[in-house]
Amino acid sequence: MSASTHPRLLILGTAIAGLVLTLLPLPHALAVFWPAFLVLVVIYWSTMLPRAGGMTLGFAAGLALDAFQGSVLGEHALALSLVTYLAIRLNLLVRAKPLFEQSLFVFAALMAYEFLLWVIDGWSGHALSTPLRWLPTVTGGLLWPLVAGILGRFHLAR
Amino acid sequence: MAVSGSDVDRPLYGRGPSPGLRFTLYALLSIILMYYDRHGQVVQRIRYALQAMVYPVEVAVGSPAQAWRALNDSVESRRALRAENAQLRAQLRDAQLATMRQAALEQENAQLRDLRASLPPLIRHWQLAQIIDVQTDPLRQRLVIDKGAREGVVANQAVVDSHGILGQVERVGPFSAEVILVTDPEGAIPVQVLRNGLRTIAVGSGTDGEIVLPYLASNADIKSGDLLVTSGLGGVFPAGFPVGRVMGVRRESSQLPAQVRAQPVADIERDREVALLQFSSDNPAAPAPHPAIAPAPAAKPKARLRPPVDLRDE
Repeated sequence: MSASTHPRLLILGTAIAGLVLTLLPLPHALAVFWPAFLVLVVIYWSTMLPRAGGMTLGFAAGLALDAFQGSVLGEHALALSLVTYLAIRLNLLVRAKPLFEQSLFVFAALMAYEFLLWVIDGWSGHALSTPLRWLPTVTGGLLWPLVAGILGRFHLAR
Repeated sequence: MAVSGSDVDRPLYGRGPSPGLRFTLYALLSIILMYYDRHGQVVQRIRYALQAMVYPVEVAVGSPAQAWRALNDSVESRRALRAENAQLRAQLRDAQLATMRQAALEQENAQLRDLRASLPPLIRHWQLAQIIDVQTDPLRQRLVIDKGAREGVVANQAVVDSHGILGQVERVGPFSAEVILVTDPEGAIPVQVLRNGLRTIAVGSGTDGEIVLPYLASNADIKSGDLLVTSGLGGVFPAGFPVGRVMGVRRESSQLPAQVRAQPVADIERDREVALLQFSSDNPAAPAPHPAIAPAPAAKPKARLRPPVDLRDE
């Protein structure tokens, strides 16, 4: 009930949960695969409730990532704005697809996200080309059904 | 039930700027922020404020790991504690034996340097800091510690644990600071092989427990087991602090540099507290007093080095 009347609160809560999950200190072996859960949460809300979060959600979440990860201020904001824009534009297309195809879309979006980060890293003098940096995009895509399932429970069970 | 008419349920492009326009605006804003983050002071100040806001969340996010450690500590058996106690006593005895002659040696050193007054101690001030967050992914090997500008922490300060160099302070917030570890792929530290004085630069590999020495010729005199110590160049660390131990050397061709891997001596996985050091600039072994290698945002690791000035030859 409250979830459907206050989607913004729900979005804020899940975004904070996603941020905490993203930043969780982990052993190295796990951190290599760990996707940015906040990005997945933003993609979810941008496709399912494109009007509620909107572009501001993506931009704000990106700024939060910048603040926490110590990157150039605006880097994650730009990348996540792009992902949010893609998700909002294509929301009708993506929403209708089965989870597996959604996973592919999420994988592509995460690739675009990571690519943009990589370009900006290079431009700002932090050029690091380790193939490991692309690994979390794969796990992000694989984990999409799980994330979508959990978030769906919150806002679809009315 | 969704309340119809609430602005959430309005048609997507019904009102307000379209997503395309908003995206353009936000993208522009991001780019402006990025530009001024590198070229201006204002964004730096915003960032400083942001770090204060971020601090409580960092503590909260790090707290499960802290709680787990505390729980482990509290259920540790009496026997384990006694064993540890005995071990620490032994270590203390060894350390005392090793430093017994230090005062005499320092005196002798001062005489050899022909200095009339005795030297001030190299480490003028040190403070302990708790680790509140650890980031160890392939792109970033960082710590967040619970001391910041309020406690007098400054950028580029040396950070050590009881075994050796951990890293240096990268960015300071009001209550916290970010430490770039020696294993960070963007970290570079001027080192020297203790056995023969060979100087080079150690670079982080992005993997836990591994640093590499990419700038050695294939015929360089280095072998497994060699201890790497700070060379005193670069303006952050004084000479002679242990950094790592060489684990393996591969020489594939005389044309290519040798591939040398080393393991940091600092116990990054298990540390809970680190020490922040301040050196007295009067001591000849201290690094150059000016904050020489303020990591220029555009600097690549190599560019962090100052021109070679060997302070010990003065």
